[in-house]
Amino acid sequence: MTFREAIRKALSDEMSIDPNVVLIGEDVGVYGGCFKVTGDLYKEHPNQVIDTPVSEEGFTGMAVGAAMMGMRPVIEIMYADFFTLIFDPIVNHAAKTHFMSGGQFCCPITVRLPEGSGTGHGAQHTQSPEALFQNSAGLKMVAPSCPSDAYHLLRAAIRDNNPVLFFEHKMLYDMEGDIKDEALPLGKAKILKKGRDITIVSYSRAVQTALETARLLEEKGIFATIVDLCTLKPLDRTTILEEVRNTGRVAIIQDPNGVGGIGAQVCSEICSDPKTFDSLKSPVIQIGGKCTPVPFSKELEKSTIPNARDCAERITSTIKG
Amino acid sequence: MDRDALLNLLRLMLDSRFFEEKTEQLFKAGLIHGTTHLANGQEASQAGLCAALDDGDWIVPTHRCHGFTICRGSDPAEMFAEMFGSVHGLAKGLGGSMHMPDSSHWNLGSSAVVGSGVPLATGIAFWNRFQSVGNAGFAASTFSSPKDYPKTPVKNISVAIFGDGASSRGSVHESMNLASIWKLPVLFYCENNHYGMSASSDRMISSSNVASRAGAYDMPGETIDGNDVLAVYEAVRKAVEYIKEGNGPYLLEVMTYRTKGHSKSDRRLYRTAEEEKLWADRDPIKLYERKLVEDGILSAKEIKGLEEERRAYIEEKANKALEESTDRLSPNDVEDMVYATTEDRS
Ligand SMILES: Cc1ncc(C[n+]2csc(CCOP(=O)(O)OP(=O)(O)O)c2C)c(N)n1
Repeated sequence: MTFREAIRKALSDEMSIDPNVVLIGEDVGVYGGCFKVTGDLYKEHPNQVIDTPVSEEGFTGMAVGAAMMGMRPVIEIMYADFFTLIFDPIVNHAAKTHFMSGGQFCCPITVRLPEGSGTGHGAQHTQSPEALFQNSAGLKMVAPSCPSDAYHLLRAAIRDNNPVLFFEHKMLYDMEGDIKDEALPLGKAKILKKGRDITIVSYSRAVQTALETARLLEEKGIFATIVDLCTLKPLDRTTILEEVRNTGRVAIIQDPNGVGGIGAQVCSEICSDPKTFDSLKSPVIQIGGKCTPVPFSKELEKSTIPNARDCAERITSTIKG
Repeated sequence: MDRDALLNLLRLMLDSRFFEEKTEQLFKAGLIHGTTHLANGQEASQAGLCAALDDGDWIVPTHRCHGFTICRGSDPAEMFAEMFGSVHGLAKGLGGSMHMPDSSHWNLGSSAVVGSGVPLATGIAFWNRFQSVGNAGFAASTFSSPKDYPKTPVKNISVAIFGDGASSRGSVHESMNLASIWKLPVLFYCENNHYGMSASSDRMISSSNVASRAGAYDMPGETIDGNDVLAVYEAVRKAVEYIKEGNGPYLLEVMTYRTKGHSKSDRRLYRTAEEEKLWADRDPIKLYERKLVEDGILSAKEIKGLEEERRAYIEEKANKALEESTDRLSPNDVEDMVYATTEDRS
């Protein structure tokens, strides 16, 4: 099953068991979703799939109000870049609902955000905005890297009583994989591979780069542990710190630019934990995308995100000195 | 309306007024932290609206929320407690003057982002329509044109309260369009007090009034005298009935005036003393009291008695809250409030 189908299945399964789960967004009905994620869901669940006008702020705020009454809306923001329009309902309202009501209300809304570059859509359709949300208290954020995690994490996000931002990297939609029985809960990172020399922390599409980097390193006799964050907020500090201590070295690989990003937060956790900091044999290696708007031209677009060859070289030179 | 209902309106207005007077006094005495937005002069709008709602009808007020909160039924002691920052407050002291949600009285609380409560109220209407109509017949937006939507009666409505200032927000316009295409049971209630801080609605709003914008969203719109509590009550009742029949949203604009400044630091340089005097003469409580006397419902003496009783009631509530005002959440408790747990359920 593809990543795209896994998301569709998660939506379908949750809508089947809970009539309060509704999918709201632009062209999510007959059109099947801008990235064909929702497909024929409108046929199976005609009353739970709701096409909206182009009113991101309005329908997101509406979904926040409905969630406060106990519905579990899932909204699709056609391109994650349009997050600018939902900042108010999500950051100022959804995220603060439980807190500001003294616990009277919660806001179980899920926001699906197709993100990332590689599609040639230019700088306003290729961003990965998780960094801009991570500092808002009250939100949870998830970014799966494979179909099975996408399936289980989306179901967990819908069931969670807090607002969850669900980042879907557009370049993963065609990725194939089986859905495992074992469900990954929110808040847990995954260890994809164990190695003795370095720990690579990554998430979302960049996990592909991390895996390829590990393969290249093995050719040189360097063995890496790979930690896939899966949940970006709250971070699974325990797993990250433990795996860094196990190898004494860490490289963080992410596609979005590194300024104030998820990688920077991971680095901060590592460096501010005395035991983990003491275990480091070399400085934390931070590898992120370039801090430029994403260019259109195919080759230039590709050059803004890290590639495995460069990652492997940086890691090798750090280890071999 | 029977005598009890008529008296109840006066009681709600007096409670709201005395609450604001007490709040101002506590503020000046330095007992309340932060800021506050008083609604003196707007009591008819607040009492008239709330008295006309049924149990289960939700309100989403504005930052100027005290009167709405009292009139919807909250305990003034819990409201004072909120402003004292105590754990006995409606939001456990985490909200303050602008945030007084009370789920047991169908009050979602206000957004302090002017205009942002409107989509939330629209969301309550979305849920209400979902509840009343059942899944079937609601959201088949994929197929039907909104015009073909079934006119299905709904049990409850929600009220999106917003000011003339907020009426210029995009989220308000988006909400009106959404509510109209899906026939959502929401009352858009524009409390036009003529100013958003210093910005007079004459300078800031393109149309001659806000209600006329209803036409653009294919819903009824009406402008009424917001200082006449009976007019407000009647207009809201009419709107509520229209909405409950399943006709979709309704825009009601009530014209009123805030007699105090915008918040505690306002010198009111943007308006004239003559204008203030004009509106002081149209004080909604005075107008209503005069009418009750003229109609032989209450004597001047009885009114005086009721005023004393309500003032004492508010005084007592403030004192109770003040006595317990040092009971606070601990900083650790505060961190625990950030996320809802799995047991929490709206
Ligand atoms: C989005 C936003 N912009 C500005 C403000 C600052 N502000 C607070 S109240 C207010 C005026 C609002 O006017 P109106 O909606 O008419 O309500 P009123 O204060 O008259 O009751 C402004 C500009 C705010 N809180 N939110």
